[in-house]
Amino acid sequence: MIADIWTVTTKEWREYVILRGSARGGLLGLLVFAGFIGVVMPVELGASWVDTPIAIVSAFWLPLVLVLSVIGDSFAGERERHTLETLLATRLPDRAILLGKMAAAVGYGWALTLIATLLGLLAVNLVHGHGRLLLFRPLAGLGIAEVSLLGAALTAGAGGLVSLRSATVREAQQRLSIAVMGVFFGLLIGLQAMPRAWLNRLGEAILGAGEGPLLLVVGLLLGLVDVALLVALAIRFRRARLILD
Amino acid sequence: MIPMGDVGEYDSTMGDVAIRAEHLSREFHGVRAVDDLSFEVPVGIVFGFLGPNGSGKTTTIRLLLGLLEPSVGEAAVLGHDVRREAEAIRLRAGALLEYPGLYDRLTAEANLDFYGRIWHMPANDRRTRIRALLTQFGLWERRDERIGGWSRGMRQKLGIARALMHRPALVFLDEPTAGLDPIAAAALVEDLEALVAGEGVTIFLTTHNLHEAEKLCRRVGVIRSGHLLAVGTTEDLVRSTSGSRVEVIGRGFCERTLHLLEARPEVAGLGLRNGSLWIDLRDDAAVAPLVSLMVGAGVAIEEVRRERASLEEAFISLMEREV
Repeated sequence: MIADIWTVTTKEWREYVILRGSARGGLLGLLVFAGFIGVVMPVELGASWVDTPIAIVSAFWLPLVLVLSVIGDSFAGERERHTLETLLATRLPDRAILLGKMAAAVGYGWALTLIATLLGLLAVNLVHGHGRLLLFRPLAGLGIAEVSLLGAALTAGAGGLVSLRSATVREAQQRLSIAVMGVFFGLLIGLQAMPRAWLNRLGEAILGAGEGPLLLVVGLLLGLVDVALLVALAIRFRRARLILD
Repeated sequence: MIPMGDVGEYDSTMGDVAIRAEHLSREFHGVRAVDDLSFEVPVGIVFGFLGPNGSGKTTTIRLLLGLLEPSVGEAAVLGHDVRREAEAIRLRAGALLEYPGLYDRLTAEANLDFYGRIWHMPANDRRTRIRALLTQFGLWERRDERIGGWSRGMRQKLGIARALMHRPALVFLDEPTAGLDPIAAAALVEDLEALVAGEGVTIFLTTHNLHEAEKLCRRVGVIRSGHLLAVGTTEDLVRSTSGSRVEVIGRGFCERTLHLLEARPEVAGLGLRNGSLWIDLRDDAAVAPLVSLMVGAGVAIEEVRRERASLEEAFISLMEREV
């Protein structure tokens, strides 16, 4: 099973790189992106980038953007290019196809986020270090690894569900964009509608909880949602249904 | 013994059975796309599954590959039940479906390598097999090209190579020569013949090209609107649907003679073509009484020869008969 998942994952990664035009063009695009997020932003923020939770927040939304750019292609792209049925007609088990595609998207988003974060650390040290080593606190480092992984999995799970039932990549991306906007505006409106006292209490609870417990709660919540999405994907992944769709 | 339709009975001396379908049916929203199919495909032959567009050929392949579950009936492919052992079927079978199923962004070599890895072929074996297949299909020199810009014919060839990559015991080929030029199509037919002869592979082939089917297939099945109209050897099919045709070359075919012939019970049809007379006989009837009749009516006969109808004629006749 592991070998099958790896086969699907590596094929997906090859396609991701080439998706951006060519291997060289794709690499250049990634370098520009990683350069901006990993160099320009941290250099602008200086030492506060390692002292405050900004890097953790950045490590949450960055994989969202990265995974969103590729996840629509996972099933809808195969369907659109007429490769899905052939893939389903192979010996690969359902779980290997599903997990291989999810692992590819999560690995892509997570790895690039970690690379960008390390680049940022290097850049901050070079520009603002002045002879001392600027590092994340261990808990902050752990938080970056945690939220970037779980954030990537969250987007991959939700995007996979949308892609599974979309006829084309464009349709999948449109649905995903609408969903992201819905979540964003929903949160914004929800927070605004919340009574001031509740908001204050929530703020105090977050600030008073301490970094460790907060990361644990966030990790548990995201982890639960990720598992729920993966289970939903496994339930909805039916070869006959995918072919007839 | 499974009922074999209108034509011929399965010859049990043909060896093991690669595919056995019994009353196989599949319904979509109350409509039966495949209705009560029963047939057998012996191991090591090319079985042609013929029928017009939308007749149920692709649905049958999907059922046999375990991609769709039958509504009614059963089927066993390479000894595995299509409902319970679909993965085991797909492990030993290869398929070229409606589309070649290739990744445009990958090179020809990377495409085949991916499918080789799916079947857990060792790296050395993959390299050897890729070289052999690409050379066989004349694509080796272009192995490093991404296939996005390739012609339909080249993609089709690579699609067939892909289906054969893991040396399957049974290959489903859905219109494999579609999009190929006549030379490439003829070469492919030869390759498939060699494959069956050399490796003992069983091929389940759907095609519209009846000339190709006649050349390749030892047995054929004819399907229309989900119903199996006939199944048997090509000779059986031709004999049972077309009877036999006789061409009479000579002079003096007048209206009266033609009416006399038409009135005979053994004559299914007749007509004049380039000055000679053709007669379709029912049930392989004897020609001699008709020759006597024509001579008596004043026809000067130079030559009488029996013609064998082609599979295409038999197919058309079968379609018309069943309308």
